[in-house]
Amino acid sequence: MEATTQQPLWYRIVYDKETRSVAIQVLTIALLFAFFFYIVRNAIVNLETIGKGYSFSFLWDASNYDINQTLIEYDSRSPHWRAAIVGIINTLLVAVAGIILSTIVGFLLGVLRLSHNWLINRVVYVYIEYVRNVPVLLHILLVHGIIVNTLPVPKNAMMAFDGTLFLTNRGFYTPKPIFEPAMWAVLIAFIIGIAFAIWFRGYAKKIQDATGKIYPVLLISLGAIILFPIIVFFLAGMPINLDYPELAGFNFKGGLVLRPEFVALWIALSLYTAAFIAEIVRAGIQAISHGQTEAAFALGITPGRTMQLVIIPQALRVIIPPLSSQYLNITKNSSLAIAIGYMDIVATIGGISLNQTGREMECMTIVLALYLSFSLLISAFMNWYNKRIKLVER
Amino acid sequence: MKLFNTLAVSAAVALASTSGVANAGTLQDVKARGEVNCVVTTGVAGFAAPNDQGRWEGFDVDFCRATAAAVLGDPNKVKFVPTTGKTRFTVLNSGEGDILYRNTTITMSRDADLKLTFLGVNYYDGQGFMVPKALGVTSAKQLDGASVCIQTGTTTELNLADYFRANNMSYEPVTIETNEEGQTNYLAGRCDVYTTDASGLAATRSTFDNPNAHVILPEIISKEPLGPAVRQGDDEWADTTRWVLNMLIEAEEFGLTQANVKQHAAKAGDNPSINRMVGTEGDFGSMIGLDKQWAVRAISAVGNYGEIFERNIGVNTPLGLSRGLNAQWTKGGILYSPPLR
Repeated sequence: MEATTQQPLWYRIVYDKETRSVAIQVLTIALLFAFFFYIVRNAIVNLETIGKGYSFSFLWDASNYDINQTLIEYDSRSPHWRAAIVGIINTLLVAVAGIILSTIVGFLLGVLRLSHNWLINRVVYVYIEYVRNVPVLLHILLVHGIIVNTLPVPKNAMMAFDGTLFLTNRGFYTPKPIFEPAMWAVLIAFIIGIAFAIWFRGYAKKIQDATGKIYPVLLISLGAIILFPIIVFFLAGMPINLDYPELAGFNFKGGLVLRPEFVALWIALSLYTAAFIAEIVRAGIQAISHGQTEAAFALGITPGRTMQLVIIPQALRVIIPPLSSQYLNITKNSSLAIAIGYMDIVATIGGISLNQTGREMECMTIVLALYLSFSLLISAFMNWYNKRIKLVER
Repeated sequence: MKLFNTLAVSAAVALASTSGVANAGTLQDVKARGEVNCVVTTGVAGFAAPNDQGRWEGFDVDFCRATAAAVLGDPNKVKFVPTTGKTRFTVLNSGEGDILYRNTTITMSRDADLKLTFLGVNYYDGQGFMVPKALGVTSAKQLDGASVCIQTGTTTELNLADYFRANNMSYEPVTIETNEEGQTNYLAGRCDVYTTDASGLAATRSTFDNPNAHVILPEIISKEPLGPAVRQGDDEWADTTRWVLNMLIEAEEFGLTQANVKQHAAKAGDNPSINRMVGTEGDFGSMIGLDKQWAVRAISAVGNYGEIFERNIGVNTPLGLSRGLNAQWTKGGILYSPPLR
């Protein structure tokens, strides 16, 4: 080393392995920064040349357009930022609903795929292969097409459950619950139920550790969370009024509505992602060697508890990381919403607002930042969950 | 480093060309190339669409052909560049197209902010509503509570919101990306109403299986003057193309048609306006970089404005549009060409 330090710098860069690798890394990073700096500067300069600048002040101007599905108050006089919030909520709604449905369907399919019944096994196999190998956009257009073309127009709405559910090609209408003040009691009962279930779980574990006695934790928890609020609901005199949908002019008025655009996007994304999740689940279960089951049986553990205590915890370790990327996919794929007119972020701030204001750079920056933060949040949550279920090695 | 430089230079060129730097000499470029690159729609029946032999036909297409006939002497020396509502201005500004004839509404921001030069109006339009006849609706004022299908990325969304707000009515907007998907939804009954420019409604209706089952309501809720545009900064090319458009309108006013133009060109007549157009008096072609026969070639290729209108979108076509505002100023319309003198 003494000898090399006396060599001139250029000599070391050429002949000394360590110095050379440092030099290459420094150069790469410098070039990378120069490239990004150049691109950003170029964009700014060019925007200035055509007199556009880079400013988000348009977000406070009136949007001047309407949106059909708004979970917060919004009309055409609301500013663009409010249109963006409407879009964010719509995106999150379909993403969360999709994650829940695809997880349930995916786990079911994954288990059925392993069934020893030849027919079930093959049917699920064919289903998964068909769904996985057709682009999700086609699924979305197909489901939307089916709803819009096969269901009747509001005038001839299909009525189900004695006038409590109307099926039309403009949406599914159900009565909207309107809560009276006594509903608070039910909500409080629900919270108490959850608190009790958490406490009971810990208590049961303590008893089991001490005496070996096993309580039916799941049944008792469900009773506390569901049955208890229901009893309170009836005791409080059923404090809910229903606002029934009614046909008025062209459309139904009142009630709750699930629009065909939301339903189509939700169902199509969920079924598509469920096929991938099914394969992940199957892989996870098959990754656990059969010796584990045999060992558990040899110890006298019942099949149900073998699944719960031996197989699932180990399978989850294999399932969770790829499952996270499916959740990310469902969130990002929801941006295909514009094809059928579901007003998500891409359709509101990244679509109509962009077109009407001509602020491409700003709108795309917002959309990009939003998707990035959704994805990072989901990743962070799944990483936390993954750590929690990791095998504790001793 | 060499690759990096190349990348940087090409990126700079791409950005510079979209920022509307003046590209002079389009007329020379077109003459040298022997072809006019005309930016049109991806397909609106009657305005610009390929027929079953793949040949482009329509109202806007004929204006492109007239331009090619005037400049190059052959109405077939046109390359059609199909674009969507979102890409049309980029294609023109990047130099991929020489002239834009694409149902484009002239607005202040497009003229000034998007760096275009509009040449004039070739169709006075306005936003209208189409409903199925079975609904029994006769006026847009009866549309309270209706579901309305709209195509996104146009001025129609804003007009629609304004109209319903001004009339204190509610509606459900169903905002869809493409015209085709919008039509599908309308025909399936997802919406009660389809809205776009009235000429677009007529074009859309003409493609339905049963056009008579749909009616276009009388209310027109906006001004949509549709016109051709070229890149800003090339005044010579703008002059050439502007006067081709004006000449076709003036030809109708003075009764110069596809059938009689050759006859008028043969020897000078009594009407000085006609003489100036056909080149038997003065030399107006050279003012716009062309020869004396420029107008004769254009008119014998596609006819005058009225002939182009009647052939493609007039009352005897599937679109069945009457002249309305687009009649000559002498016939109760507002079509008015500045004089060729």
